[in-house]
Amino acid sequence: MATKTYAGKTIEVTDEGYLVNANEWSTEIAHEIAKEEGLTLSDKHLAVLNFIREKHAKGETLTIRAISKSGIVDIKGFYELFPGAPLKLASKIAGIPKPSSCV
Amino acid sequence: MQKEEYPLKKVCIICAKGTLEDVYATLVLANGAVMEGIETKVFFTFFGLDAITKKRMNSIHTAVVGNPAMRLPGNLPFPTLLGILPGMEALASSMMKKEMEKLDIPTIPEFLEMITAGGGEIYACKLAMDMFKLKKEDLADEVKDVLTVGDFYAMCGGQGTQIIFT
Repeated sequence: MATKTYAGKTIEVTDEGYLVNANEWSTEIAHEIAKEEGLTLSDKHLAVLNFIREKHAKGETLTIRAISKSGIVDIKGFYELFPGAPLKLASKIAGIPKPSSCV
Repeated sequence: MQKEEYPLKKVCIICAKGTLEDVYATLVLANGAVMEGIETKVFFTFFGLDAITKKRMNSIHTAVVGNPAMRLPGNLPFPTLLGILPGMEALASSMMKKEMEKLDIPTIPEFLEMITAGGGEIYACKLAMDMFKLKKEDLADEVKDVLTVGDFYAMCGGQGTQIIFT
């Protein structure tokens, strides 16, 4: 396990940079992780992140399909917000574990 | 000497069969690659064309005859003779689709939408289209182009590219 300093706090992260404890997350931390990934978060990003965190809190498996059903963003929009590997990137910024879904 | 790593950058996936498991193997691999940010091209040929043909894509079935892995609910063996009953193939396939829906696995049209929305590209084989007398209009809107095998290979170059035949 590694640690990182986000928003003035020492936060435990996995080797791949995912927060170990989702409860330590805050919007400030999200902004800092996003910056490391070369992203500037908009309100739309934050809406998606909050949706992802809610899903995670309920113990649901996160899928791209679920995000497209959220009403916040469609799939194309999701790829535009979090380019490359959107589900992983969004999970990392949302402070939840690396997604384990294949779809 | 340090071992060099070549990460996967591009996958070219070929689907030549029209059964549920073959089509889904292709779609899951393709969508999974798109989700990882890997450049993805999918080439449908022969019976695989069913998956991207508007009139056929919603009635893709699994084989209940001659399929030794087929099981009844409760993991009981599925006798091939049972599979010859009319409607059995559709029933087994619809049961499977219900199970997939529970896991949030998309339908075929939805998968095509997801793959292309994420930047993946879907192609159809010209030779098989001619053979099945299909036109571009018969195919799903997500299909980018109809290609010859040579066109397809021309897209599959570059370091870190793999061709996968499902």
